[in-house]
Amino acid sequence: MAQALGYLKETASQTAGPYVHIGCTPNFTGIHGVYDKDLGSGSLVNDQTRGERITIRGQVIDGAGTPLKDALVEIWQADADGLYNSPSETRGKADPNFFGWARCPGDMETGEFVFETIKPGRVPFRDGRLMAPHVTFWIVARGINLGLNTRMYFSDEEQANAEDPILARIEHRVRVPTLIGKREGNEVRFEIHLQGDKETIFFDI
Amino acid sequence: MRNAPPETTPFFARDRDMHPPAYTPWYKTTVLRSPQRALISLEGTKSETTGPVFGHSILNEFDNDLIVNYAKPGEGPIGQRILVHGRVLDERGIGVAGALVEFWQANAGGRYRHKKETYLAPLDPNFGGFGRTITDENGSYWFKTIKPGPYPWPNGVNDWRPAHIHFSVFGHGFAQRLVTQMYFEGDPLIWICPIVKTIPDEEAIKRLIAPLDMNNTIPHDMRAYKFDIVLRGRRSTLFENRKEGN
Ligand SMILES: [Fe+3]
Repeated sequence: MAQALGYLKETASQTAGPYVHIGCTPNFTGIHGVYDKDLGSGSLVNDQTRGERITIRGQVIDGAGTPLKDALVEIWQADADGLYNSPSETRGKADPNFFGWARCPGDMETGEFVFETIKPGRVPFRDGRLMAPHVTFWIVARGINLGLNTRMYFSDEEQANAEDPILARIEHRVRVPTLIGKREGNEVRFEIHLQGDKETIFFDI
Repeated sequence: MRNAPPETTPFFARDRDMHPPAYTPWYKTTVLRSPQRALISLEGTKSETTGPVFGHSILNEFDNDLIVNYAKPGEGPIGQRILVHGRVLDERGIGVAGALVEFWQANAGGRYRHKKETYLAPLDPNFGGFGRTITDENGSYWFKTIKPGPYPWPNGVNDWRPAHIHFSVFGHGFAQRLVTQMYFEGDPLIWICPIVKTIPDEEAIKRLIAPLDMNNTIPHDMRAYKFDIVLRGRRSTLFENRKEGN
């Protein structure tokens, strides 16, 4: 016998269920008067935010090709200089006008999520190499037992994407495009496929 | 809020044996919503080890009192008054200070305040069914509510959810993000619920069941249930090689 390590076990995940929006975006569901506004709703940018304005749009699509209308999507990203607005950021102080986090319920008719944000700067990998600009996504919904993590990279960053240490380790190259948001003008389209030929790469982070 | 300097190290690898797998066909909605390919492992970079901080400025006075936060003046929801409290810890047993904890639930009759809800139990005009709070310096949180009722749901022909409260928790890094459900000690529906049964580990299920806490029960007012939540732990700073990437 040896000493007990004594670590606790992480609490088990359970599905967010069909009514996650009651708890996380009540105003969106029509319940007003409790929260002034839904947390993480609206634009991530204000007049003073540094960086290039972009709009990210997409849907979460199930294995039958149907968009989820009850998903909740959250994003987390660095500022224009590649710094996170977090106490755990060690490399400098992020743009105080950019919070870096937002949440969006899928539209009740189309399932579409929309984020008004900026294009993030490059963040170093743990060995110091720069990762390509990317936005971290977290998706929950009824029927998703444990929140799904993925990243969106940018189609207009071919060179940076080619150098990215995370993209480089993906064995099945045919799947890499599932992580690339398609940029047209200031719009970036990012479809998240839960299953099928186009199944998005999800990460164990 | 935090006395200790912020931690910057990566999180422990997630023990996926403690969680439900994605594909659990007895919970039918998972069939078309479960990724089928293996996840790609991504050891913590800054994108995962950092996370937003929500200050107390987002909170209103009654955000953690579901008995009053939607009720008309002088009225209140029908149901059993309860206090839910506990700590948000990490796998090292350290309290997670400043964690945002959000919760939502059905009313005493098992009905949610939602357009798409079809259960015939009535809405309670004085119950919204959601709230939020931020943990104190020890990771402690509490809120007041009424005990939710069990409800039937369209899955099997006769499936019922045990009484439960949904939780969403934000710790100190985006990789700690967690959504779960709290159940109530003694509810026979827990062990026949298809959603509970997505969790393969019996001990992990038991950790979702809040015991009645008579010590914190307020006499002649409300019973208390204690529910601790454990988020992923972080590697010790002592072991970090700081010259790369950080
Ligand atoms: Fe529920």
